Amino acid sequence: MSARSVVHASFTITRVWPHSPAKVFQAFADQEKKKKWFGGGGQAWTEISRSFDFREGGRETAVVKWEESGVVTDFDCVYRDIVENERIVYSYVMRLDGKKISVSQACIQIAADGSGTKLTVTEYGDFLDGYEDNGSREHGTNWLMDVLVKSLDT
Amino acid sequence: MLNQLDRAFQALGDPTRRALVERLAAGPASVSELAAPLPMSLPAVMLHLKMLEQSGLVISEKKGRVRTCRVDPAMLSLAEKWINERRLMWERNLDRLGDFLNSEGEEK
Repeated sequence: MSARSVVHASFTITRVWPHSPAKVFQAFADQEKKKKWFGGGGQAWTEISRSFDFREGGRETAVVKWEESGVVTDFDCVYRDIVENERIVYSYVMRLDGKKISVSQACIQIAADGSGTKLTVTEYGDFLDGYEDNGSREHGTNWLMDVLVKSLDT
Repeated sequence: MLNQLDRAFQALGDPTRRALVERLAAGPASVSELAAPLPMSLPAVMLHLKMLEQSGLVISEKKGRVRTCRVDPAMLSLAEKWINERRLMWERNLDRLGDFLNSEGEEK
């Protein structure tokens, strides 16, 4: 697939937790803490390289090889706006096997909610040029099942 | 594209429709086969199927007197899959973040 194309999309996810905004913010700001939950997703992977510089203008990168598919994903992010305990905005480029597939912006909003915290994640992305469609039908069904399992769990 | 996605998520917001899609994910089935295990009338099941078709998750085809339904993975364009993967990734990340926050105790 070589045709040039861009598809724009965005989504918002909200969660409420019985923890303080400061604690939720630290889970994003502290590399060791963020490692415990960000990325991964249950599939086996090997870290190729990683960097973490949490400040405005700072960069976070993660290059990871997924064992099952052999695909290498490259997450390259720059923090654009950080307000302690309130807001984090970053933009990032995602590459699959070296090919740039998307340019995105994510906005993490952290707000007190009663004695807990309401977290709102909004992500906007430009999906570039598509990518190889290997096994997309099967993939589509897997996705569907993921969505189902997810919605059954909640 | 997002409207289509919104419709798909909306369609999956109902337990009967999830059961229908789950059944269809295992293979195509006729409307009466789909309706048989469900505690509701055939017209009610057909209404759910109609919503699933409008969402693009399910396609159906009539041969003679039998209407056969199947899930339509083709509706998921690459871009749709991409944004859904991003969304699912966040959902999973936030599940783990919630667990992590719980495990941290309440020191702060």
